[in-house]
Amino acid sequence: MEVTRVENVTRTYKVGKVETQALRGVSFSIESGEFTGLVGPSGSGKTTLLQLIGCLDQPTSGRVYVNGRDVSRLNRNQRADVRRGTIGFIFQFFALIPTLTAYENVEMPLLLIGQSASERRKRVMDLLGSVDLTDRAHHRPDQLSGGEQQRVAVARALAPKPSLVLADEPTANLDTPNGKQVMETMMRLNQETGVTFVFATHDPRVIQYARRVITLRDGLVVATSMDS
Amino acid sequence: MIHLYKMALRDLGRNRRRSFFSALALGLGLALLLLMAAVIAGEMRGALESSIRLQSGHLQVRAPSYDEDKTSLAWEDLIEHPDQLAAQIASLSQVKVATPRLFASGIVAAGNESVGVRIVGIDPSSEANAPFRDGMVTGEFPTADDREGILIGQPLAEKLSLESGDRINLLVNTSNGDVDQQPFVIRGIYSTHTPGYDQSVVFMPLAKAQAIAQAENHASTIFVLLKDRDQAGAVIAALQTGPYQIKTWEQMNQVLVQTEQMAGAYMFLIYLIVLAITATVIINTLIMAVFERTREIGILSAIGMRGGRIMAMFFAESSLLAVGGIAMGLVLGGLLVAYATQYGFFIGNLGVTGILLGERIYAYLTLKDTISLTVMAFVVTLLAALYPALLAARMEPVEALHGGK
Repeated sequence: MEVTRVENVTRTYKVGKVETQALRGVSFSIESGEFTGLVGPSGSGKTTLLQLIGCLDQPTSGRVYVNGRDVSRLNRNQRADVRRGTIGFIFQFFALIPTLTAYENVEMPLLLIGQSASERRKRVMDLLGSVDLTDRAHHRPDQLSGGEQQRVAVARALAPKPSLVLADEPTANLDTPNGKQVMETMMRLNQETGVTFVFATHDPRVIQYARRVITLRDGLVVATSMDS
Repeated sequence: MIHLYKMALRDLGRNRRRSFFSALALGLGLALLLLMAAVIAGEMRGALESSIRLQSGHLQVRAPSYDEDKTSLAWEDLIEHPDQLAAQIASLSQVKVATPRLFASGIVAAGNESVGVRIVGIDPSSEANAPFRDGMVTGEFPTADDREGILIGQPLAEKLSLESGDRINLLVNTSNGDVDQQPFVIRGIYSTHTPGYDQSVVFMPLAKAQAIAQAENHASTIFVLLKDRDQAGAVIAALQTGPYQIKTWEQMNQVLVQTEQMAGAYMFLIYLIVLAITATVIINTLIMAVFERTREIGILSAIGMRGGRIMAMFFAESSLLAVGGIAMGLVLGGLLVAYATQYGFFIGNLGVTGILLGERIYAYLTLKDTISLTVMAFVVTLLAALYPALLAARMEPVEALHGGK
């Protein structure tokens, strides 16, 4: 089943009078359960593409579909509604709320979808267990290592049982062992839960985890390959 | 909701000093407003009480043609056989005291100096004279049969360098339009601690006042004090005063009532100005918070938080600041008001005419003022969050995630 599809998508940024075309007509689709890497050098349009698929931004032209729904022209609140519970995010920086504990950070998306306290408690502890952070549940981000913080972000992304998790350079700020641990955790959760993962990277050590690789260059898809 | 406030509390805790001083600004503003409201209310209340006690009473029975401003002494403007009417009024159960009084204008002359005064003829034995009798500074209170004794106020005595036992000349306008002059002995000096009154009113027994003003067996008014001023209507309904009119304390103190209303409107403006100043502190704090937390707003937005909920987060913070600030304001304001209620502020003789101001203003904080100011402070602080909250809610997630534009 198709989770997301982009059709002829372009995205142009205007800074003052200068226009920069980040995407110049990109089309592909992602099926449920994929573990796909978007690769390409800096400025190739990986992050822009993730933002469009993740309903954080809107294309200048073309269409973006999520779970069969055209999300290209939704307003700010409609896009928030699509993201909530459907799309999980893992960012390059460890995007946790610093005043909340690991537990509370993972709980936040569940609060937004209105889950009961008992359901939340079970789900959060299950997830923290699956990223091996049960004993760190009540620590705040500043008491966690970078790798631990990124694993909390993975757990948070998965909390509302989304159909799609988007990760933008998830290991860029981690050392090799922590980067490896985060990628292996993501891969394991993809296999265990069947959740679709799309991650952007330009790190060859990360690319090797992808079962499908979409290569971007100068705002265009230049190659798509499947892992044997 | 609980989570919203838990987050808000922790967010405020990130910069405790800033949050504390923001709340303190509101607290100081509220404390100042409570004190101002209490002082104004105390001043008005004090002025009204003084006026009722010393000047107007709760009710006055007068001839319909009597003009208070002219201190008319023409017989047709006065009450004939006032003792009988006073006794009749005093027999009503709601009436505390009813006593005839005769007003005349005159001039006190001592040495080379002279001062215009209002002469009040009183029944010295009446309970209505308690404020003057209790306020005796030197000498004695005149008796009913005293034919040459006069009671003067302390500021007048000081102005003319007079003491009890000294002699003065009193010039009095009489009922037939002449001016009579007689020597008097200062029997005593009184002080009601209301300089505006004490410096211009002298007392003598009613019989003597009637004699000198040629208002034989007449009085300007029957001065009535009630056990409860809210009974004024019931007493008026019960009284048979024949051709005479009855004035209530509200009618006689209209200037004061209007002044209070005007002061109320003026004070409302002051309240808003003070609260607007404290609101700018809150706005500033929250705007700083929005800019410091731009990326977090982006994260929350990315996981699906709607703009309305992001706004609610900032309203929760401002409401917590409001609660903290109001708590500080109530404690601080309560202490200030308690001091001002107990000890008052000495203002001396401001030279104000038309309103009887005491030498000291005592604060009087009403529950209504406390509640309305507290609610106003809370609402203004919440409104102060509107702009920062909108700023946060309208951020595009992509820009917010990159720390703003």
